[in-house]
Amino acid sequence: MNHDVAAQVRGYLMVFGTLLVLTLITVGVSYLDLPEFETVIVALTIATVKASLVAMFFMHLKGERPMVMWPLALTAFLFVGLLASVLYSESDHLFGARFQDAFHSIRN
Amino acid sequence: MQIPYTTEVRPDTGLTNPKLGIWLFLASEVMLFGSLFSSYALLRTGAQTWPDQSSIVNVPLATLNTIVLIASSVTMVMAWASLKSESLPKYRLYMGLTLLCGAAFLVVKTIEYSDKFSHHLYPSTSNFLGLYFTMTGLHAIHVIAGMIVNAYFWGPGTRMWKTDPERFTNRIEVAGIYWHFVDVVWIFLFPVLYLL
Repeated sequence: MNHDVAAQVRGYLMVFGTLLVLTLITVGVSYLDLPEFETVIVALTIATVKASLVAMFFMHLKGERPMVMWPLALTAFLFVGLLASVLYSESDHLFGARFQDAFHSIRN
Repeated sequence: MQIPYTTEVRPDTGLTNPKLGIWLFLASEVMLFGSLFSSYALLRTGAQTWPDQSSIVNVPLATLNTIVLIASSVTMVMAWASLKSESLPKYRLYMGLTLLCGAAFLVVKTIEYSDKFSHHLYPSTSNFLGLYFTMTGLHAIHVIAGMIVNAYFWGPGTRMWKTDPERFTNRIEVAGIYWHFVDVVWIFLFPVLYLL
């Protein structure tokens, strides 16, 4: 095995270890019974970190050409736009009650 | 006719054609799964009540499957690294392990589905179960598709190693990028469907 490939393999094994630790953390956190909002934020943040590690190292996205990055950036933008538009349509359910509670406490 | 730019980089894109092709395909896949994740967000936020997901699904089995799929990503990238080191036997070993991990994932998934059906839990039972079966089912189809491609490259596809090793190595990298994407989708499905 040449030197460059050996160094790459060491990197892959370190990423593997990190992914396993993050998986155990995300399962552990789910048993803490945090409030729903905090649970969602923690779980999705850990998932995003894990997915980024896989994309950067296993999918060789780190140092990839702009011709790959630009279509992916557009896809990410459209994905977030899709999700945001859907959540916006339910924003009264998501945030309305919380805002109303806040105003209610101010008035009193 | 020779397919152009399978090994040499195309000057205007700076990439080989298969590399650009797989990334554009995966961009469309992001939107496919994105539509389902959006449906989940819409149905869950709009619901008056939502079941405690972890009491319906099997978290320990899904955790095992997460570890199995991450391990399969590592063996897949090791298979590619073995070709970079010009070792076909090592490549066969790691690609074989990738296939075994894929099969193990599907076996665990089958156990999960069987358990649901035995308790009369079907896609029509609730919005959550409809989403659960649709999203994990579509993901399982992607696992099967990846395994078919990987099995070809583990078996008859290796002939190319003798005639055009560089092109074969690129093929494994591209197949790997797809396989890792399947892993990335599961990384999000696991917390969304099992832990939240």
